[in-house]
Amino acid sequence: MVDDKTKLELYRLMTLGRAVEDKLFSLYRQGRLLGAIYLGRGQEATEIGAAAALKDGDTLAPTHRDLIAQIAHGIDIHRIFMNHFGRADGPTRGRDGNTHAGDMSKGILYNISMLPDGYPVSTGIALSFKLRKQPQVAMAYCGEGATSRGDWHEALNFASIKQLPVVFIVINNKFAYSSPNETEMVIESVTARAPGYAMKSATVDGNDVIAVHEAATEAVERARGGGGPTLIEAKTMRMLGHAGHDPADYVPEELLKEWEEKDPIKAYKQRLLDESVLDEAKIAAIDEEHKAAVEEAATMAEAAPLPDGSEVSDGVYH
Amino acid sequence: MASTTNEEVTFLDAINQALREELDRDQDVFILGEDVAGYGGAFKVTKGLLDDYGPERVIDMPLAEAAIFGSAIGAALMGMRPVAEAQYADFLACGFDYIVNEAAKYHYRSGHPVPVVFRAPSGAGVRGGPFHSASPEAWFAHVPGLKVVVPGTPTDAKGLLKSAIRDDNPVVFLEHKYLYRHEKEVLPEGEYTIPLGKAEIKRQGTDLSIVTYGAMLRRSLDAADKLAERGHSVEVIDLRTIYPWDSEMILESVEKTSRALLVQEDVRTLGIMSEVGAVIADEGFESLDAPVGRVTAPDSPVPFSPPLEDAFIPSVERIVEAAEKTLAF
Repeated sequence: MVDDKTKLELYRLMTLGRAVEDKLFSLYRQGRLLGAIYLGRGQEATEIGAAAALKDGDTLAPTHRDLIAQIAHGIDIHRIFMNHFGRADGPTRGRDGNTHAGDMSKGILYNISMLPDGYPVSTGIALSFKLRKQPQVAMAYCGEGATSRGDWHEALNFASIKQLPVVFIVINNKFAYSSPNETEMVIESVTARAPGYAMKSATVDGNDVIAVHEAATEAVERARGGGGPTLIEAKTMRMLGHAGHDPADYVPEELLKEWEEKDPIKAYKQRLLDESVLDEAKIAAIDEEHKAAVEEAATMAEAAPLPDGSEVSDGVYH
Repeated sequence: MASTTNEEVTFLDAINQALREELDRDQDVFILGEDVAGYGGAFKVTKGLLDDYGPERVIDMPLAEAAIFGSAIGAALMGMRPVAEAQYADFLACGFDYIVNEAAKYHYRSGHPVPVVFRAPSGAGVRGGPFHSASPEAWFAHVPGLKVVVPGTPTDAKGLLKSAIRDDNPVVFLEHKYLYRHEKEVLPEGEYTIPLGKAEIKRQGTDLSIVTYGAMLRRSLDAADKLAERGHSVEVIDLRTIYPWDSEMILESVEKTSRALLVQEDVRTLGIMSEVGAVIADEGFESLDAPVGRVTAPDSPVPFSPPLEDAFIPSVERIVEAAEKTLAF
């Protein structure tokens, strides 16, 4: 059972995630942002629902599209804007861009473009927790596209052999860049692969934040208790292109229309209103709070200095 | 566990000693790889470690290089000091992504240390054929963020591996498999390390500087003996660390001898010595009395059949011949 306080927090995080991404998209379209953007619009329920199951000391390995999950695990949104703007005092000091941020002090890994590299890396993190007898959990995200890669399977197999405290989240958002599910696999659900690794699994409605959060919480606590890894597939829809430049005209319009109706924030807001966890005044207050926080972070980041070119080789080695 | 006897120790046992001493020193050090535990590794480098340190410090992995290297990196990010073994250096390619994209670039992007060692047996000379004989040091030396070490003696192998394990950066540590049982010597007494990034003059000379590393060190020293019989005083320098490499010592030597011959077992094009030669040409040009010479393998895969493999690996004769040409210029 998810209590009201948690329900409200999930709502707050989902809407903050969307506010941050909407601002990034707006800056991108105005030509003010540097580099690329990879938005997770439509995936907020999964991004937040799973990562919010983690506790302090647990780690999160996101992909490029899981900026919102980083918010759930505590990244300061200033870091996000600083990184997108390539600023000197950002989390990568201009060495990397977009969502390739992170915060090691909070257990948020700096993701890379190769997917699902966070899977084997998270098995290693989980191995370290086990070897050191620390009651911590590693969580790794990827899309269904990356489940085609061999190292995805290597990670699941090894995690299962050693019964590591790791939770694997697959966000099945129907497209790997432009490739639909049917060109990626012949199974209906990625979790059909779990029995091959004797791994517990769950397929959940990725637009239902409570369902995702409950499944993830169960998996995280099982892992923490020594019960081994879990594979969770959340079925959802990527509502925008692969990246900011991609109009995604390969996605059938009816499909987008269908999923627009299932917008995870809209549905959840109504549910919380029905349950009297939220009221219109609270909704407005949360929106205002997000808007102010996002504007402040974006404005500060845009005004912050760029790195000096003379630093190009600084920090290659420790 | 430090060896303090006057017995000669093989290159292989020197590496085993380094692993033992680091396992003793630091609880965060552990070993992972294929067949490294009960079997002791394909070459028996990790022999006996399972018995002495247990299955949580010496971990057998499935045949899955991405899982091995990726897991090692994950544990390193949490502050452990994993030593990951690839069964042969050729198989580093199977987990290449993790070494060159994940490990190499993590610190540059985040400022966070990645104290991981990727060990692998490299090199030709054991009739291993095209998939068990590679000298892939140039692949990794070309990736900023990695350090690359290729020792040529048991003493160096032990001291450098200990430094690699203690280093806060990812280190690719290539152990020439021919040396495992062919090189032995009495190791320094007690605890010692050898710093990364420092070359060593293995033989003093005044007429020619031979710069080399790995298994070519022995052949270069043998060539220097032959050249001495003919009245040539040859200096032999072992790079030991391939990146960052000790250009200072090489330039000082060339300033003294005015002639340089660069010897590598790896294929010719864009090998380590291509860079050493370029730096000598760039920064040591005024010292030179002759063009910088190079002895390398040809640009081909490492072949299996003995006449082919013997033609592939630079021989003492070829080194002597090239040295005489450089000396006569």
